[in-house]
Parts: sequence; structure tokens; C-alpha cells
Amino acid sequence: MTTPTTETTPRVVHGPKRPGTPALEARNLTKHFPVHQFRGRQVVHAVEDISLALPEGTVTAVVGESGSGKSTLARLLTQLITPTSGELLLDGKPVGTSARERRAYTSQVHLVLQDPFSSLNGVHSVRYHLERPLKLHRKPGRGELDALAKSLLERVALSPAENYIDKFPHELSGGQRQRVAIARGLAVQPRVLLADEPVSMLDVSIRLGVLNLLDDLRERERLAILYVTHDIASARYLADTVVVMYAGQVVESGPATQITDSPAHPYTQLLLSAAPDPSRTEPVELRGRGAPPSLVDPPSGCRFHPRCPFAMAVCKETAPPALPAGGDQVAACWLLSPDHAPTTAADATPSATDE
Amino acid sequence: MTASGHLGEPVLEIRDLCVDYGVGKKAVRAITDATLTLHRGEVLGLAGESGSGKSTLAYALTRLLRAPGVITGGQVLFHSRPQGSDTTRTVDLLAAGVEELRVVRWSELSVVFQSAMHALNPVARIDAQLTDMLKVHRRKMTAEQRKERAIELLRMVGITSDRLLSYPHELSGGMRQRVMIAMALALEPQVVLMDEPTTALDVVTQREILEELMQLRQRLGFAVIFITHDLSLLIELADSIAIMYAGRIVERGGAQELFHSPRHPYTLGLINSFPALHGEKVRMEGIPGSPPALTSLPGGCAFHPRCTFALDRCSEEIPVLQRPVADSDGTERTAACWLQTDGQTVPQQLALPASAKLPAPRGEAAGAELPEPDGSIK
Repeated sequence: MTTPTTETTPRVVHGPKRPGTPALEARNLTKHFPVHQFRGRQVVHAVEDISLALPEGTVTAVVGESGSGKSTLARLLTQLITPTSGELLLDGKPVGTSARERRAYTSQVHLVLQDPFSSLNGVHSVRYHLERPLKLHRKPGRGELDALAKSLLERVALSPAENYIDKFPHELSGGQRQRVAIARGLAVQPRVLLADEPVSMLDVSIRLGVLNLLDDLRERERLAILYVTHDIASARYLADTVVVMYAGQVVESGPATQITDSPAHPYTQLLLSAAPDPSRTEPVELRGRGAPPSLVDPPSGCRFHPRCPFAMAVCKETAPPALPAGGDQVAACWLLSPDHAPTTAADATPSATDE
Repeated sequence: MTASGHLGEPVLEIRDLCVDYGVGKKAVRAITDATLTLHRGEVLGLAGESGSGKSTLAYALTRLLRAPGVITGGQVLFHSRPQGSDTTRTVDLLAAGVEELRVVRWSELSVVFQSAMHALNPVARIDAQLTDMLKVHRRKMTAEQRKERAIELLRMVGITSDRLLSYPHELSGGMRQRVMIAMALALEPQVVLMDEPTTALDVVTQREILEELMQLRQRLGFAVIFITHDLSLLIELADSIAIMYAGRIVERGGAQELFHSPRHPYTLGLINSFPALHGEKVRMEGIPGSPPALTSLPGGCAFHPRCTFALDRCSEEIPVLQRPVADSDGTERTAACWLQTDGQTVPQQLALPASAKLPAPRGEAAGAELPEPDGSIK
């Protein structure tokens, strides 16, 4: 993990702005997955040059469609996969790669996975899942183990814990399984919790409970939380800062309510227009159509331009830098640049959406 | 009421449907006395959490329920009226024999299953899967005609015909779901059952597919039972909604009414479980506790342990679906809650006037002039 931090362009660090050293910082993280095709070696540009700071006591939400690289970003931050370039800093110190350092890192930064159907081992009980990280990282006394494991279950609203602790994953509902997975994440007392779609498989009525739990953990234990989600409404609810990803890049970031109230990037606008909203009175008008591009051969310039209703000539040629959009909000869109902004108002209205 | 207004006569009537899992002493009641009516051209939303019985209901009424699931009672009346015909033939799907079911299934009542990833055969090409039911149900069609129809179906859901020879793994999740919808519509059914059809998809794809679906419904006139846990989506999409909890329907009403003036505490809790996209950020609590296991249902109303308004009576007697006190006569709204019976003080949140603040978007609003609720506290 070298540091090719080029100082030619100012690096935009996404995430909540707080004084002091962030608990976890990522600098210019890039991940290319090699794929073998008929035409020789190619790469999937999964995550492209992302700098992110997660200060303690904050929640940062990463929002995007599937395939936008948000889960890859979370996995990069856990060191489950090695970045192609870029580096990680825990409390301002570069993270090493030796076995001991990696192990220390895993007790500081923990991941809660998306799919509770595969993240728990079917042949082991809930007790095993919870006691194992406790034994490995916290080395509790003989009598403590059981109480600690049970208290973890209570913290994720699986109560009474006795009813659940000796169950096997197949005896639990999807929601209960995910809560066991979250409890397992909490077992190591992490400083940074990376939650990859932690509530998308939970029942609606208990989702808020888990989101509130994450919020309490942020408050009480000063955790730095990365909340990866496709649900922009829940991101707005939980997070201080929302980072919107598209095709492996950050297209917009800023304070949560500011992003949803006045989205600057056309992709964020598209996401918001597609999100379910019961209080909507007019029929939905989708702002852009189509599917995300292939990341093996991403579009030139701005990766969103083939779907963008506002696309200009410059969008096809040059990728836009992150430009300020008021307050702490930044968006990678040429519309915000005074040099490229449409000269007439007519240019700014979406052209007929092509199907 | 929304359901009656511009919509047609009933096409599917579910009466007192009961489903158990297992038999004998160990049987678990998964659905109790479900009664629903689907009208022609209507979108009926069925919302509830996992384990509330909404998928079981879908499987039971199509008779696809597998052991240990057992249908223990009720009727599912399907008033079939094939296109171009004036006569309506009524079939009780629960009493129908194998041959009768064969006729009804897919050609008149089709299903879009939850996970398109698993519902399509991974080793068969799309064209084979699309023409399969044509071979069975449209015996007279030639291979050429079947292929034409398959192309037409794909085009209908926005997929180009060059995808016909693809395998499912070569398609994106959204396209696979579109293929599923195309398959369900292949024989122009009168009723399409959709079990969480867009749950695994991205919001943008979901919106595109739902838009297409609603356009197709306009054109082809089928009725939809749309099963999902996403009430916020359902409110936008459905004409009327039934809320299920622990195997029972706890509230039924028009989509907008249900959203603006819920009558059951569970509905209210569900609505308050979806963070808003606008306005002030406030801490929301959702619903305390978690859904009960069907093996150990609490006595009385199954929701009472999680209900903030629970009365003594709630833990003893099971409430029946009836017209809430806040609604006038003639409404089709029903809620199964003791709070909504005569003589009770209904909490203010559950006694909001129906459709007072909206311009009645779908059909005639129920009870434009409402009697004052019997007092409102809290």
C-alpha cells in the first residue's frame, strides 16, 4: 500500500467535518478487480480514488445502487480486500499489513455484513458466534462469557436472550439473524463500525430500532459508523453526512439533510425521484433512466453522462472534479462549474427522457 | 370507497381463509380468517412483516402451498371471465380439482415470485422459459407463433428481442424480474399475484418496473395483489391496502386513507417506521418489541404486547374486523382493534378524519362528513 498522493489537485475528503484526527481515514482508495476475458486482462474499476474520513461519534452514510462500489468501499476499509492503491489511517497512523497489525485492526474496525443468510455459519449456535469474538479479542473470565454474550443479544433487542442464545441460524428469522450478526460486530468493542446494508433484510417495524441502536452506539460509545445503504431516506435519518456513490466514484457528499433537500448532482436527484415517498402528491417523474454502466469499460468523462438528462459536451470528455455546492456539500458535476454551466436556462431543463 | 368506485366487480374473493403449518397438536396457525376482495383492475396491497402470513396467503390461494402447510378452512372464489366473454364462471380454488386448477393457473391467475434470481431456471434460455406455458396452455400455437409471442412479451416489458437466447445469469436483476413479469402476463391473466416483486432491486429499477407494470395494467386490465413489506411504496402504488399481523388482517382500507388516517395502532406504527425524505429530522421509534413467533402467540390481540394503547381487554379477547367508530356508515374500512369499538376513547392519532386533507385522489372519499370521534385524548 503505497501513497501516490498526488498534490496536483486538492484532495477532497468526504465525510463529516470534525476537528481533530478522524478515527479512520482513507486516502485515495482505489480498487480494480482483475477479470479475464477473451481480449486479455481487464479490470473492473470498482472503487476509484475515494478519500473518506470517519471521525468518532459520527455516522457517515454511503448511498448508491448495487454495483456502485459501496460494499467494495466498506470491504476496503475492513482490510478484507487489499486496495490497488491508497492507504488507510487509524487515528492518523498508517495501518500496517503484518498479521499482528491486521488482527489489532480487526478489533478496532468491524464489519456487519449485508446478508444474514450467509454471514452466520449454519452449523454453529448463536452462542458460538458471539462467544468466539469475545474469547479472541476480549478474553473474558469463565463466568463472564455467558453474561457478555447474553447482554449483546439484549442490546440488539433479542430478548429474552435465553430464548435465542442456543438457537441455530436456521431457527431464526432473517431479521433475528441479522441482529445476531450485529451483536457479533459489537462483541469486539470496535471503534469503527462498518455496517453494510444492516437493515435491508430486517422487518420494517424493527429497522428503526436498529438504526436507533446504531445512533445510540455513536452517542454512547463514540463509535465512528459507516452506514452503507441503498435507502436514501434512512441515510438521511441516521447519518450526519451522506456520500453518494455512482459507478465506483463519489458523485456528491455533504450534510444529510442538505443532500436530500437540495441535491446538486443529477444522479442524486434521480435517486431521490425514484425513492418511495408516501407523501408525494404528483406522479413520479424519473429524472433519467437506464442502468449503471459496466465498470470494466466505464464511460469516458463523467460516468453518469449516458444517463444524465443535463449532459453537456464536456461531460463526455473530462471527468468533473468535486466542486463546492454550498456549505460542506460537494458534487462532481460540471453544472456547478462557472466555466461549463449552461448559459441558458433551457439547457438546464432535462431533455425528453429517452426510453 | 376506493375499491368500489370506478373499479369493476369482484374477481377474487377470499373468505375466512385459514392456513396451518403442520397437523395435530403441533400445528401452527399461519393465517386466521383472512377475508379479502379483489376487484377487476384493482391493485390490492398486502403489507406485513415477515411471518405475518402474506406470502402464505399468496401460496394458499393459488394452491401452491406445500406440506407442512395445510389449508384448514375458507373459500377462495375466483370469478373468471375470460377476455371477450360475457359470462362469469365462479370457481372455488380451494375445492377445485387438479384439472380445474390447471386451467385457472397461469392462464387466469399468475404469480410473480419473490426472487427472480431463483425463480428462473438457470440452465434454460429465456425463450424456452417464456414459451413453456404457451406450449401447455395454447396448444394450437405453432413454434413460430410462440416465438413471436415471446418477443412481443419481452418488448412489452422493455427488453430487446436479442435477449431471447440469453440465460438468466446473463441478465441483470432488473431484467430477470422483467422476464418474470413477462412470463406472468404471457397468457393475459385476470389476476396477477406479486410476491415482493421488486424487493431485491435498486430504487431506480424498481420505479421503472413499477411504472411499466402500471401501464400494462391500464392496457390489459388485470388486477394485482401486490405483496410487500414496504408500506411506503404500497401507499403510492395500491388502490387499497390490507395490513397483516401475525396471520390476521388487522386493517383494510383505501391506500391514501390508510396513510393519512390509520385506524389500527400497528398501521400507525408501520407508517411511522419509514423515515421521511423531507422536513425536520426527528427521532422516530418505530414499533417497540419484535413480531411474535407464530408458535407462541400472545393471548387476545397478537399486537397487544407491542401496542402503546393496549387496554385490559386486548390481552383477553381477539378483536374482529369491523368498521372503526371514526368512520361513517357505508365505508369499506375495517380495523381489528378494540379501541375502534363503540364507547371507547379513541386516541387522537387513530381517529383522524378520513381523507380530510387530501383532494380524494382515487375514487370517492369515505365519509366526507364525519361524526366527531368520541373525544380525543393523548
